[in-house]
Amino acid sequence: MNGSKDLQALTLSVVLLALFLGGWQLAVGGSGTAPQMDPEYAALMGATAKGGSALPTPFDIAKEMWRHISDPFYDKGPNDKGIGIQLAYSLARVLIGYFIAAAVAIPLGFLIGMSPLFYKALDPFIQILKPISPLAWMPLALYTIKDSGVSSVFVIFICSIWPMLLNTAFGVASVRRDWLNVAKTLEVGRLRTAFRVILPAAAPTIMTGMRISIAIAWLVIVAAEMLVGGTGVGYFVWNEWNNLSITNVICAILFIGLVGMVLDQALYQFSKLVTYSE
Amino acid sequence: MDPNNLIAVEGLARSFPGPKGAEPVTVFEDLWFAAARGEFVCLIGHSGCGKSTILNILAGIDQPSEGAVIVDGKEATGPSLDRAVVFQSHALMPWMTTIQNIAFAVRSRWPEWPRAKIREHCQTYIDMVHLTGAEDKKPAHLSGGMRQRVGIARALAIEPRIMLLDEPFSALDALTRGSLQDEVLDICAKTNQTTFMITHDIDEALLLADRILLMTNGPRARIAEIVVNTLPKGRTRTDMHRHDNYYPLRNHLIEFLVRRSEALREMVLDVDPRKPPVVFPRADCSAQTPAVVHGATA
Ligand SMILES: Nc1ncnc2c1ncn2[C@@H]1O[C@H](COP(=O)(O)OP(=O)(O)O)[C@@H](O)[C@H]1O
Ligand SMILES: [Mg+2]
Repeated sequence: MNGSKDLQALTLSVVLLALFLGGWQLAVGGSGTAPQMDPEYAALMGATAKGGSALPTPFDIAKEMWRHISDPFYDKGPNDKGIGIQLAYSLARVLIGYFIAAAVAIPLGFLIGMSPLFYKALDPFIQILKPISPLAWMPLALYTIKDSGVSSVFVIFICSIWPMLLNTAFGVASVRRDWLNVAKTLEVGRLRTAFRVILPAAAPTIMTGMRISIAIAWLVIVAAEMLVGGTGVGYFVWNEWNNLSITNVICAILFIGLVGMVLDQALYQFSKLVTYSE
Repeated sequence: MDPNNLIAVEGLARSFPGPKGAEPVTVFEDLWFAAARGEFVCLIGHSGCGKSTILNILAGIDQPSEGAVIVDGKEATGPSLDRAVVFQSHALMPWMTTIQNIAFAVRSRWPEWPRAKIREHCQTYIDMVHLTGAEDKKPAHLSGGMRQRVGIARALAIEPRIMLLDEPFSALDALTRGSLQDEVLDICAKTNQTTFMITHDIDEALLLADRILLMTNGPRARIAEIVVNTLPKGRTRTDMHRHDNYYPLRNHLIEFLVRRSEALREMVLDVDPRKPPVVFPRADCSAQTPAVVHGATA
Protein backbone atom coordinates (compact mmCIF):
# COMPACT_ATOMS: atom_id res chain seq x y z
CA MET A 1 0.00 0.00 0.00
CA ASN A 2 2.53 2.52 1.26
CA GLY A 3 5.22 0.94 -0.88
CA SER A 4 3.24 1.44 -4.07
CA LYS A 5 2.68 5.11 -3.13
CA ASP A 6 6.44 5.48 -2.67
CA LEU A 7 7.01 3.86 -6.04
CA GLN A 8 4.52 6.21 -7.70
CA ALA A 9 6.21 9.21 -6.15
CA LEU A 10 9.61 7.97 -7.26
CA THR A 11 8.37 7.41 -10.81
CA LEU A 12 6.90 10.90 -10.88
CA SER A 13 10.18 12.35 -9.58
CA VAL A 14 12.13 10.60 -12.32
CA VAL A 15 9.65 11.77 -14.98
CA LEU A 16 9.85 15.37 -13.75
CA LEU A 17 13.64 15.22 -13.73
CA ALA A 18 13.67 13.80 -17.27
CA LEU A 19 11.31 16.53 -18.48
CA PHE A 20 13.43 19.21 -16.83
CA LEU A 21 16.69 17.86 -18.27
CA GLY A 22 15.09 17.37 -21.68
CA GLY A 23 13.76 20.93 -21.70
CA TRP A 24 17.15 22.22 -20.63
CA GLN A 25 18.92 20.26 -23.35
CA LEU A 26 16.50 21.58 -25.99
CA ALA A 27 16.75 25.18 -24.83
CA VAL A 28 20.52 25.24 -24.56
CA GLY A 29 22.06 22.61 -26.77
CA GLY A 30 19.79 23.05 -29.80
CA SER A 31 20.80 24.84 -32.98
CA GLY A 32 20.69 28.20 -31.23
CA THR A 33 23.42 30.52 -32.48
CA ALA A 34 24.80 33.87 -31.51
CA PRO A 35 22.23 36.04 -33.33
CA GLN A 36 19.53 34.71 -30.98
CA MET A 37 21.42 36.24 -28.08
CA ASP A 38 21.05 39.73 -26.83
CA PRO A 39 24.02 41.51 -28.44
CA GLU A 40 25.11 43.19 -25.19
CA TYR A 41 24.99 39.89 -23.38
CA ALA A 42 26.98 38.26 -26.15
CA ALA A 43 29.57 40.98 -25.84
CA LEU A 44 29.69 40.43 -22.10
CA MET A 45 30.20 36.73 -22.55
CA GLY A 46 33.08 37.47 -24.91
CA ALA A 47 34.95 34.54 -26.29
CA THR A 48 32.77 31.84 -24.79
CA ALA A 49 29.79 33.20 -26.65
CA LYS A 50 30.97 31.99 -29.99
CA GLY A 51 29.00 29.21 -31.66
CA GLY A 52 26.22 27.71 -29.55
CA SER A 53 24.74 29.02 -26.35
CA ALA A 54 27.14 29.83 -23.53
CA LEU A 55 25.05 27.79 -21.12
CA PRO A 56 26.20 24.21 -20.73
CA THR A 57 23.98 21.28 -21.52
CA PRO A 58 23.02 18.75 -18.84
CA PHE A 59 25.51 16.44 -20.46
CA ASP A 60 28.32 18.97 -19.96
CA ILE A 61 27.31 19.27 -16.33
CA ALA A 62 27.30 15.52 -15.86
CA LYS A 63 30.77 15.23 -17.36
CA GLU A 64 32.06 18.03 -15.16
CA MET A 65 30.39 16.61 -12.06
CA TRP A 66 32.07 13.32 -12.75
CA ARG A 67 35.42 15.05 -13.11
CA HIS A 68 34.90 16.72 -9.70
CA ILE A 69 33.76 13.54 -8.01
CA SER A 70 36.57 11.43 -9.41
CA ASP A 71 39.23 13.84 -8.16
CA PRO A 72 37.79 15.98 -5.38
CA PHE A 73 40.94 16.70 -3.38
CA TYR A 74 43.57 17.97 -5.81
CA ASP A 75 45.39 21.16 -4.91
CA LYS A 76 47.07 23.18 -7.66
CA GLY A 77 47.58 26.50 -5.94
CA PRO A 78 45.21 29.02 -4.37
CA ASN A 79 42.91 29.38 -7.38
CA ASP A 80 42.61 25.74 -8.31
CA LYS A 81 41.59 23.35 -5.58
CA GLY A 82 39.30 20.32 -5.80
CA ILE A 83 35.65 20.83 -4.87
CA GLY A 84 36.11 18.36 -1.99
CA ILE A 85 38.73 20.61 -0.41
CA GLN A 86 36.56 23.70 -0.85
CA LEU A 87 33.53 21.96 0.64
CA ALA A 88 35.66 20.73 3.53
CA TYR A 89 36.77 24.30 4.28
CA SER A 90 33.18 25.51 4.27
CA LEU A 91 31.94 22.60 6.34
CA ALA A 92 34.68 23.06 8.91
CA ARG A 93 33.80 26.75 9.32
CA VAL A 94 30.11 25.98 9.57
CA LEU A 95 30.57 23.19 12.09
CA ILE A 96 33.00 25.13 14.30
CA GLY A 97 30.82 28.26 14.33
CA TYR A 98 27.69 26.18 14.80
CA PHE A 99 28.97 24.12 17.72
CA ILE A 100 30.36 27.16 19.51
CA ALA A 101 26.96 28.80 19.01
CA ALA A 102 25.22 25.70 20.39
CA ALA A 103 27.55 25.66 23.39
CA VAL A 104 26.57 29.24 24.15
CA ALA A 105 22.93 29.25 23.06
CA ILE A 106 21.69 26.12 24.80
CA PRO A 107 22.91 26.92 28.34
CA LEU A 108 21.94 30.58 27.93
CA GLY A 109 18.54 29.57 26.55
CA PHE A 110 18.09 27.30 29.58
CA LEU A 111 18.76 30.22 31.88
CA ILE A 112 16.39 32.51 30.01
CA GLY A 113 13.70 29.84 29.88
CA MET A 114 13.95 29.12 33.59
CA SER A 115 14.11 32.68 34.82
CA PRO A 116 11.56 35.31 33.84
CA LEU A 117 13.98 37.90 35.21
CA PHE A 118 16.75 36.90 32.80
CA TYR A 119 14.23 36.70 30.01
CA LYS A 120 13.10 40.26 30.62
CA ALA A 121 16.66 41.53 31.04
CA LEU A 122 18.03 39.93 27.88
CA ASP A 123 14.98 40.41 25.68
CA PRO A 124 15.87 43.93 24.40
CA PHE A 125 19.35 42.77 23.33
CA ILE A 126 17.96 39.73 21.55
CA GLN A 127 15.30 41.80 19.80
CA ILE A 128 17.92 44.20 18.41
CA LEU A 129 20.62 41.66 17.55
CA LYS A 130 18.41 39.00 15.99
CA PRO A 131 17.25 40.87 12.85
CA ILE A 132 20.79 41.96 11.87
CA SER A 133 21.97 40.24 8.70
CA PRO A 134 24.96 38.15 9.76
CA LEU A 135 27.00 39.55 6.87
CA ALA A 136 26.68 43.02 8.36
CA TRP A 137 29.04 41.81 11.09
CA MET A 138 31.70 40.90 8.56
CA PRO A 139 33.61 44.23 8.37
CA LEU A 140 33.65 44.49 12.14
CA ALA A 141 34.84 40.91 12.39
CA LEU A 142 37.58 41.43 9.80
CA TYR A 143 38.69 44.61 11.54
CA THR A 144 38.87 43.08 15.01
CA ILE A 145 39.85 39.49 14.22
CA LYS A 146 42.05 40.26 11.19
CA ASP A 147 41.65 36.75 9.80
CA SER A 148 39.16 36.02 7.07
CA GLY A 149 38.68 32.35 8.04
CA VAL A 150 38.00 33.13 11.69
CA SER A 151 35.75 36.02 10.64
CA SER A 152 33.62 33.60 8.60
CA VAL A 153 33.40 31.32 11.62
CA PHE A 154 32.28 34.30 13.69
CA VAL A 155 29.59 35.17 11.16
CA ILE A 156 28.36 31.57 11.29
CA PHE A 157 28.36 31.75 15.08
CA ILE A 158 26.26 34.92 15.03
CA CYS A 159 23.71 33.61 12.57
CA SER A 160 23.23 30.21 14.16
CA ILE A 161 22.94 31.39 17.74
CA TRP A 162 19.46 32.99 17.55
CA PRO A 163 17.23 30.08 16.52
CA MET A 164 18.93 27.82 19.06
CA LEU A 165 18.73 30.42 21.81
CA LEU A 166 15.09 31.28 21.26
CA ASN A 167 13.96 27.68 20.77
CA THR A 168 15.78 26.51 23.87
CA ALA A 169 14.31 29.33 25.95
CA PHE A 170 10.84 28.60 24.61
CA GLY A 171 11.16 24.84 25.09
CA VAL A 172 12.42 25.23 28.65
CA ALA A 173 9.79 27.82 29.57
CA SER A 174 6.96 25.67 28.28
CA VAL A 175 7.83 22.41 30.04
CA ARG A 176 4.57 21.09 31.49
CA ARG A 177 3.95 22.25 35.07
CA ASP A 178 2.88 18.72 35.98
CA TRP A 179 6.32 17.28 35.24
CA LEU A 180 8.03 19.96 37.29
CA ASN A 181 5.57 19.31 40.10
CA VAL A 182 6.38 15.60 40.00
CA ALA A 183 10.06 16.47 40.40
CA LYS A 184 9.22 18.85 43.24
CA THR A 185 7.13 16.34 45.17
CA LEU A 186 9.94 13.81 44.78
CA GLU A 187 12.40 16.36 46.20
CA VAL A 188 14.55 16.11 43.09
CA GLY A 189 17.46 18.57 43.11
CA ARG A 190 17.79 21.44 40.63
CA LEU A 191 20.52 19.85 38.57
CA ARG A 192 18.81 16.48 38.32
CA THR A 193 15.53 18.22 37.39
CA ALA A 194 17.35 20.15 34.68
CA PHE A 195 18.94 17.07 33.14
CA ARG A 196 16.30 14.42 33.73
CA VAL A 197 13.10 16.44 33.31
CA ILE A 198 13.57 19.81 31.62
CA LEU A 199 16.20 18.79 29.07
CA PRO A 200 14.34 15.74 27.71
CA ALA A 201 11.05 17.65 27.79
CA ALA A 202 12.49 20.56 25.82
CA ALA A 203 14.75 18.44 23.58
CA PRO A 204 12.41 18.30 20.56
CA THR A 205 12.02 22.10 20.56
CA ILE A 206 15.77 22.56 21.00
CA MET A 207 16.41 20.17 18.09
CA THR A 208 14.06 22.19 15.89
CA GLY A 209 16.15 25.26 16.67
CA MET A 210 19.32 23.33 15.86
CA ARG A 211 17.94 22.28 12.49
CA ILE A 212 16.94 25.84 11.62
CA SER A 213 20.39 27.04 12.67
CA ILE A 214 22.36 24.57 10.59
CA ALA A 215 20.26 25.42 7.53
CA ILE A 216 20.86 29.15 8.01
CA ALA A 217 24.58 28.59 8.67
CA TRP A 218 24.94 26.68 5.41
CA LEU A 219 23.11 29.44 3.54
CA VAL A 220 25.29 32.13 5.06
CA ILE A 221 28.68 30.47 4.62
CA VAL A 222 28.44 30.68 0.82
CA ALA A 223 27.78 34.41 0.93
CA ALA A 224 30.46 34.96 3.58
CA GLU A 225 33.11 33.14 1.55
CA MET A 226 32.17 35.05 -1.58
CA LEU A 227 32.80 38.19 0.41
CA VAL A 228 36.12 37.32 2.00
CA GLY A 229 37.52 34.97 -0.65
CA GLY A 230 40.46 32.64 -0.19
CA THR A 231 38.95 29.21 0.30
CA GLY A 232 35.59 27.52 0.62
CA VAL A 233 32.78 26.66 -1.71
CA GLY A 234 31.47 30.23 -1.74
CA TYR A 235 34.84 31.43 -2.99
CA PHE A 236 34.85 28.57 -5.51
CA VAL A 237 31.55 29.75 -6.98
CA TRP A 238 32.77 33.32 -7.23
CA ASN A 239 36.09 32.28 -8.71
CA GLU A 240 34.41 30.14 -11.37
CA TRP A 241 32.12 33.04 -12.20
CA ASN A 242 35.21 35.18 -12.73
CA ASN A 243 36.56 32.40 -14.93
CA LEU A 244 33.21 32.49 -16.75
CA SER A 245 32.84 28.77 -16.17
CA ILE A 246 29.07 28.49 -15.83
CA THR A 247 29.42 24.72 -15.85
CA ASN A 248 31.45 24.81 -12.67
CA VAL A 249 29.08 27.32 -11.07
CA ILE A 250 26.19 24.93 -11.69
CA CYS A 251 28.22 21.99 -10.38
CA ALA A 252 28.98 23.97 -7.21
CA ILE A 253 25.31 24.83 -6.79
CA LEU A 254 24.45 21.14 -6.93
CA PHE A 255 27.14 20.25 -4.41
CA ILE A 256 25.98 23.00 -2.06
CA GLY A 257 22.45 21.64 -2.25
CA LEU A 258 23.61 18.08 -1.61
CA VAL A 259 25.70 18.98 1.42
CA GLY A 260 22.88 21.11 2.85
CA MET A 261 20.53 18.18 2.48
CA VAL A 262 22.97 15.82 4.21
CA LEU A 263 23.38 18.25 7.12
CA ASP A 264 19.65 18.59 7.57
CA GLN A 265 19.05 14.85 7.32
CA ALA A 266 21.77 14.13 9.88
CA LEU A 267 20.10 16.44 12.39
CA TYR A 268 16.70 15.06 11.50
CA GLN A 269 17.86 11.53 12.33
CA PHE A 270 19.26 12.81 15.59
CA SER A 271 16.06 14.67 16.45
CA LYS A 272 14.06 11.47 15.98
CA LEU A 273 15.98 10.03 18.92
CA VAL A 274 14.76 12.72 21.29
CA THR A 275 11.17 13.22 20.18
CA TYR A 276 8.43 11.68 22.28
CA SER A 277 4.71 11.37 21.78
CA GLU A 278 2.27 12.07 24.56
CA MET B 1 -4.06 18.57 68.77
CA ASP B 2 -4.96 14.94 68.41
CA PRO B 3 -1.72 12.90 68.31
CA ASN B 4 -3.46 10.33 66.13
CA ASN B 5 -3.60 12.80 63.29
CA LEU B 6 -0.89 12.21 60.76
CA ILE B 7 -1.78 15.25 58.71
CA ALA B 8 -3.86 18.26 59.66
CA VAL B 9 -4.58 21.67 58.25
CA GLU B 10 -5.20 24.62 60.53
CA GLY B 11 -6.94 27.76 59.35
CA LEU B 12 -5.95 27.22 55.74
CA ALA B 13 -6.80 29.98 53.24
CA ARG B 14 -5.66 30.69 49.71
CA SER B 15 -6.28 33.79 47.66
CA PHE B 16 -5.11 34.56 44.15
CA PRO B 17 -4.44 38.02 42.79
CA GLY B 18 -7.53 39.19 40.94
CA PRO B 19 -7.50 40.08 37.27
CA LYS B 20 -5.71 43.41 36.65
CA GLY B 21 -6.64 45.91 39.32
CA ALA B 22 -9.42 43.83 40.87
CA GLU B 23 -9.00 42.78 44.46
CA PRO B 24 -7.66 39.30 45.28
CA VAL B 25 -10.04 36.36 45.10
CA THR B 26 -10.13 34.18 48.18
CA VAL B 27 -10.84 30.69 46.89
CA PHE B 28 -11.27 29.10 50.33
CA GLU B 29 -10.65 30.17 53.90
CA ASP B 30 -10.63 28.92 57.44
CA LEU B 31 -10.24 25.26 56.59
CA TRP B 32 -9.64 22.90 59.48
CA PHE B 33 -9.48 19.17 59.01
CA ALA B 34 -7.27 16.21 59.70
CA ALA B 35 -6.60 12.64 58.69
CA ALA B 36 -5.63 10.01 61.23
CA ARG B 37 -3.00 7.36 60.63
CA GLY B 38 -4.34 4.73 58.25
CA GLU B 39 -7.45 6.73 57.50
CA PHE B 40 -8.89 7.29 54.04
CA VAL B 41 -10.37 10.77 53.71
CA CYS B 42 -12.23 12.01 50.66
CA LEU B 43 -12.96 15.61 49.76
CA ILE B 44 -16.06 16.34 47.70
CA GLY B 45 -17.08 19.67 46.26
CA HIS B 46 -18.11 21.34 43.08
CA SER B 47 -15.66 22.20 40.35
CA GLY B 48 -13.74 25.38 41.08
CA CYS B 49 -14.19 25.38 44.86
CA GLY B 50 -10.46 24.93 45.31
CA LYS B 51 -9.99 21.20 45.79
CA SER B 52 -6.92 20.92 43.60
CA THR B 53 -5.47 23.99 45.27
CA ILE B 54 -5.91 22.32 48.67
CA LEU B 55 -4.22 19.17 47.44
CA ASN B 56 -1.32 21.16 45.99
CA ILE B 57 -0.88 22.90 49.33
CA LEU B 58 -0.93 19.56 51.14
CA ALA B 59 1.67 18.32 48.66
CA GLY B 60 3.81 21.40 49.27
CA ILE B 61 3.82 22.60 45.67
CA ASP B 62 1.61 25.57 46.50
CA GLN B 63 1.75 27.82 49.56
CA PRO B 64 -1.29 28.85 51.59
CA SER B 65 -2.04 32.53 52.08
CA GLU B 66 -2.91 31.79 55.68
CA GLY B 67 -2.77 28.81 57.97
CA ALA B 68 -0.51 25.80 58.06
CA VAL B 69 -0.22 22.15 57.12
CA ILE B 70 0.89 19.99 60.04
CA VAL B 71 2.41 16.59 59.30
CA ASP B 72 3.06 14.39 62.30
CA GLY B 73 3.06 17.35 64.67
CA LYS B 74 5.44 19.51 62.61
CA GLU B 75 4.60 22.27 60.19
CA ALA B 76 5.28 21.26 56.59
CA THR B 77 6.34 24.13 54.36
CA GLY B 78 7.49 22.40 51.19
CA PRO B 79 7.19 19.19 49.23
CA SER B 80 8.40 15.97 50.80
CA LEU B 81 8.89 12.35 49.85
CA ASP B 82 6.59 11.59 52.81
CA ARG B 83 3.67 12.81 50.74
CA ALA B 84 3.21 11.20 47.33
CA VAL B 85 0.85 12.67 44.78
CA VAL B 86 -1.21 10.96 42.10
CA PHE B 87 -2.06 13.70 39.63
CA GLN B 88 -5.35 14.10 37.83
CA SER B 89 -3.59 14.04 34.47
CA HIS B 90 -1.23 11.17 35.38
CA ALA B 91 1.82 13.47 34.84
CA LEU B 92 4.03 10.65 33.59
CA MET B 93 7.18 11.64 31.72
CA PRO B 94 6.36 10.63 28.12
CA TRP B 95 10.01 9.95 27.23
CA MET B 96 10.34 7.37 29.98
CA THR B 97 8.99 3.84 30.01
CA THR B 98 6.76 2.53 32.79
CA ILE B 99 9.67 1.22 34.80
CA GLN B 100 11.79 4.32 34.16
CA ASN B 101 9.00 6.55 35.42
CA ILE B 102 8.75 4.54 38.61
CA ALA B 103 12.52 4.19 38.94
CA PHE B 104 12.87 7.97 38.71
CA ALA B 105 10.79 8.23 41.87
CA VAL B 106 12.49 5.31 43.62
CA ARG B 107 15.95 6.70 42.90
CA SER B 108 14.84 10.05 44.32
CA ARG B 109 13.83 8.30 47.52
CA TRP B 110 16.82 6.00 47.87
CA PRO B 111 19.66 7.49 45.80
CA GLU B 112 22.16 5.03 47.27
CA TRP B 113 20.37 1.91 46.05
CA PRO B 114 22.09 -0.12 43.33
CA ARG B 115 20.40 -0.54 39.96
CA ALA B 116 19.29 -4.11 40.54
CA LYS B 117 17.61 -3.27 43.81
CA ILE B 118 15.76 -0.33 42.26
CA ARG B 119 14.59 -2.55 39.43
CA GLU B 120 13.36 -5.20 41.78
CA HIS B 121 11.55 -2.66 43.95
CA CYS B 122 9.86 -1.12 40.88
CA GLN B 123 8.79 -4.56 39.70
CA THR B 124 7.02 -5.23 43.00
CA TYR B 125 4.82 -2.18 42.53
CA ILE B 126 4.31 -2.79 38.81
CA ASP B 127 3.00 -6.24 39.72
CA MET B 128 0.88 -4.76 42.51
CA VAL B 129 -1.05 -2.54 40.09
CA HIS B 130 -1.27 -5.37 37.54
CA LEU B 131 0.98 -3.87 34.90
CA THR B 132 3.26 -6.87 34.56
CA GLY B 133 4.39 -7.00 30.94
CA ALA B 134 4.07 -3.27 30.32
CA GLU B 135 7.38 -2.37 32.01
CA ASP B 136 9.10 -1.17 28.86
CA LYS B 137 6.20 0.64 27.24
CA LYS B 138 6.07 4.41 27.02
CA PRO B 139 2.93 6.21 28.25
CA ALA B 140 1.84 6.94 24.67
CA HIS B 141 1.43 3.18 24.17
CA LEU B 142 -0.64 2.65 27.33
CA SER B 143 -4.38 3.07 27.80
CA GLY B 144 -5.73 5.77 30.12
CA GLY B 145 -6.30 3.25 32.89
CA MET B 146 -2.81 1.82 32.56
CA ARG B 147 -1.25 5.28 32.71
CA GLN B 148 -3.11 6.05 35.90
CA ARG B 149 -1.90 2.71 37.28
CA VAL B 150 1.68 3.75 36.58
CA GLY B 151 0.96 7.01 38.41
CA ILE B 152 -0.35 5.04 41.40
CA ALA B 153 2.60 2.65 41.33
CA ARG B 154 5.00 5.60 41.19
CA ALA B 155 3.36 7.13 44.25
CA LEU B 156 3.23 3.85 46.20
CA ALA B 157 6.78 2.87 45.29
CA ILE B 158 8.34 5.60 47.39
CA GLU B 159 6.45 4.18 50.38
CA PRO B 160 5.02 7.52 51.43
CA ARG B 161 3.35 8.11 54.76
CA ILE B 162 0.50 9.90 53.03
CA MET B 163 -0.93 9.47 49.54
CA LEU B 164 -2.62 12.46 47.94
CA LEU B 165 -4.87 11.75 44.98
CA ASP B 166 -6.50 14.44 42.83
CA GLU B 167 -9.52 12.97 41.02
CA PRO B 168 -7.30 10.16 39.79
CA PHE B 169 -10.03 8.23 37.98
CA SER B 170 -12.20 11.03 36.62
CA ALA B 171 -10.88 10.75 33.07
CA LEU B 172 -11.47 6.98 32.85
CA ASP B 173 -14.41 4.97 31.58
CA ALA B 174 -16.70 3.42 34.19
CA LEU B 175 -15.37 -0.12 33.83
CA THR B 176 -11.72 0.86 34.16
CA ARG B 177 -12.55 3.19 37.01
CA GLY B 178 -14.27 0.37 38.86
CA SER B 179 -11.35 -2.00 38.62
CA LEU B 180 -8.88 0.68 39.66
CA GLN B 181 -11.04 1.56 42.66
CA ASP B 182 -10.98 -2.10 43.67
CA GLU B 183 -7.21 -2.13 43.43
CA VAL B 184 -6.81 1.03 45.48
CA LEU B 185 -9.21 -0.35 48.09
CA ASP B 186 -7.24 -3.57 48.21
CA ILE B 187 -3.84 -1.87 48.45
CA CYS B 188 -4.96 0.57 51.11
CA ALA B 189 -6.44 -2.21 53.20
CA LYS B 190 -3.26 -4.27 52.93
CA THR B 191 -0.80 -1.46 53.61
CA ASN B 192 -2.93 0.63 55.98
CA GLN B 193 -1.99 3.62 53.85
CA THR B 194 -3.09 7.06 55.00
CA THR B 195 -4.82 8.58 52.00
CA PHE B 196 -6.40 11.88 51.07
CA MET B 197 -8.39 11.84 47.86
CA ILE B 198 -10.37 14.38 45.91
CA THR B 199 -13.30 13.10 43.94
CA HIS B 200 -16.66 14.15 42.65
CA ASP B 201 -17.91 10.61 42.32
CA ILE B 202 -20.18 9.78 45.26
CA ASP B 203 -19.95 6.00 44.89
CA GLU B 204 -16.20 6.23 44.74
CA ALA B 205 -16.16 8.16 48.00
CA LEU B 206 -18.54 5.70 49.66
CA LEU B 207 -16.47 2.72 48.55
CA LEU B 208 -13.08 4.07 49.59
CA ALA B 209 -13.44 6.70 52.26
CA ASP B 210 -13.72 6.42 56.01
CA ARG B 211 -14.74 10.05 56.22
CA ILE B 212 -15.96 12.44 53.54
CA LEU B 213 -15.39 16.18 53.78
CA LEU B 214 -18.00 18.28 52.03
CA MET B 215 -16.98 21.67 50.70
CA THR B 216 -19.29 24.56 49.96
CA ASN B 217 -19.04 26.35 46.65
CA GLY B 218 -16.41 29.01 46.18
CA PRO B 219 -15.26 31.68 46.40
CA ARG B 220 -14.55 31.71 50.14
CA ALA B 221 -15.37 28.01 50.27
CA ARG B 222 -15.40 26.22 53.63
CA ILE B 223 -15.81 22.73 54.96
CA ALA B 224 -19.57 22.52 55.47
CA GLU B 225 -19.84 19.10 56.99
CA ILE B 226 -17.98 15.90 57.68
CA VAL B 227 -19.82 12.72 56.75
CA VAL B 228 -18.69 9.54 58.48
CA ASN B 229 -19.01 6.52 56.24
CA THR B 230 -21.35 4.21 58.11
CA LEU B 231 -20.87 1.30 55.70
CA PRO B 232 -18.98 -1.64 57.23
CA LYS B 233 -15.29 -2.19 56.50
CA GLY B 234 -14.61 -4.83 53.89
CA ARG B 235 -17.36 -3.48 51.62
CA THR B 236 -16.98 -4.09 47.91
CA ARG B 237 -18.25 -2.28 44.86
CA THR B 238 -20.76 -5.02 44.16
CA ASP B 239 -22.23 -5.46 47.62
CA MET B 240 -22.11 -2.03 49.24
CA HIS B 241 -25.38 -0.83 47.72
CA ARG B 242 -27.22 -3.69 49.45
CA HIS B 243 -26.35 -2.32 52.85
CA ASP B 244 -29.15 -0.45 54.66
CA ASN B 245 -27.00 2.62 55.19
CA TYR B 246 -26.08 2.96 51.52
CA TYR B 247 -29.08 4.97 50.35
CA PRO B 248 -29.24 7.29 53.35
CA LEU B 249 -25.55 8.06 52.79
CA ARG B 250 -25.88 8.44 49.07
CA ASN B 251 -28.98 10.62 49.29
CA HIS B 252 -27.32 12.79 51.87
CA LEU B 253 -24.33 13.40 49.60
CA ILE B 254 -26.42 14.00 46.50
CA GLU B 255 -28.66 16.36 48.41
CA PHE B 256 -25.57 18.22 49.51
CA LEU B 257 -24.08 18.50 46.04
CA VAL B 258 -27.34 19.44 44.35
CA ARG B 259 -28.75 21.91 46.81
CA ARG B 260 -26.97 22.53 50.06
CA SER B 261 -23.46 23.22 48.78
CA GLU B 262 -24.74 26.57 47.53
CA ALA B 263 -27.19 27.32 50.35
CA LEU B 264 -24.68 26.42 53.03
CA ARG B 265 -22.27 29.07 51.84
CA GLU B 266 -24.19 31.60 53.88
CA MET B 267 -25.26 29.37 56.77
CA VAL B 268 -21.87 27.87 57.42
CA LEU B 269 -20.55 31.24 58.50
CA ASP B 270 -22.30 30.75 61.86
CA VAL B 271 -20.56 27.45 62.46
CA ASP B 272 -17.19 27.20 64.21
CA PRO B 273 -14.91 26.44 61.25
CA ARG B 274 -12.67 24.34 63.50
CA LYS B 275 -15.50 21.95 64.28
CA PRO B 276 -17.74 21.46 61.29
CA PRO B 277 -20.82 19.33 62.03
CA VAL B 278 -20.19 15.61 61.81
CA VAL B 279 -23.02 13.49 60.44
CA PHE B 280 -23.58 9.73 60.47
CA PRO B 281 -26.26 9.03 57.86
CA ARG B 282 -27.93 5.71 58.82
CA ALA B 283 -30.97 3.70 57.92
CA ASP B 284 -32.25 3.72 61.51
CA CYS B 285 -32.56 7.49 61.55
CA SER B 286 -35.28 9.14 59.55
CA ALA B 287 -33.98 10.12 56.15
CA GLN B 288 -34.53 13.86 56.56
CA THR B 289 -32.59 14.28 59.78
CA PRO B 290 -29.45 12.23 59.88
CA ALA B 291 -27.68 12.13 63.20
CA VAL B 292 -25.67 15.26 63.65
CA VAL B 293 -23.03 15.65 66.28
CA HIS B 294 -22.02 19.23 66.60
CA GLY B 295 -18.47 19.95 67.47
CA ALA B 296 -17.29 16.35 67.65
CA THR B 297 -14.25 15.16 65.78
CA ALA B 298 -14.92 11.66 64.63
N1 LIG C 1 -2.69 30.01 39.75
C1 LIG C 1 -3.93 30.51 39.86
N2 LIG C 1 -4.16 31.82 39.68
C2 LIG C 1 -5.41 32.34 39.81
N3 LIG C 1 -6.49 31.63 40.12
C3 LIG C 1 -6.33 30.31 40.32
C4 LIG C 1 -5.06 29.67 40.21
N4 LIG C 1 -5.21 28.34 40.47
C5 LIG C 1 -6.52 28.18 40.74
N5 LIG C 1 -7.19 29.34 40.66
C6 LIG C 1 -8.62 29.54 40.90
O1 LIG C 1 -8.95 28.87 42.07
C7 LIG C 1 -10.21 28.24 41.96
C8 LIG C 1 -10.10 26.80 42.40
O2 LIG C 1 -9.34 26.05 41.49
P1 LIG C 1 -9.11 24.49 41.69
O3 LIG C 1 -8.39 24.31 42.98
O4 LIG C 1 -8.45 23.97 40.49
O5 LIG C 1 -10.59 23.94 41.80
P2 LIG C 1 -11.14 22.44 41.77
O6 LIG C 1 -9.98 21.51 41.77
O7 LIG C 1 -11.98 22.34 42.99
O8 LIG C 1 -11.98 22.32 40.55
C9 LIG C 1 -10.65 28.38 40.53
O9 LIG C 1 -11.69 29.33 40.49
C10 LIG C 1 -9.45 28.91 39.81
O10 LIG C 1 -9.82 29.86 38.86
MG1 LIG D 1 -9.35 20.04 40.29
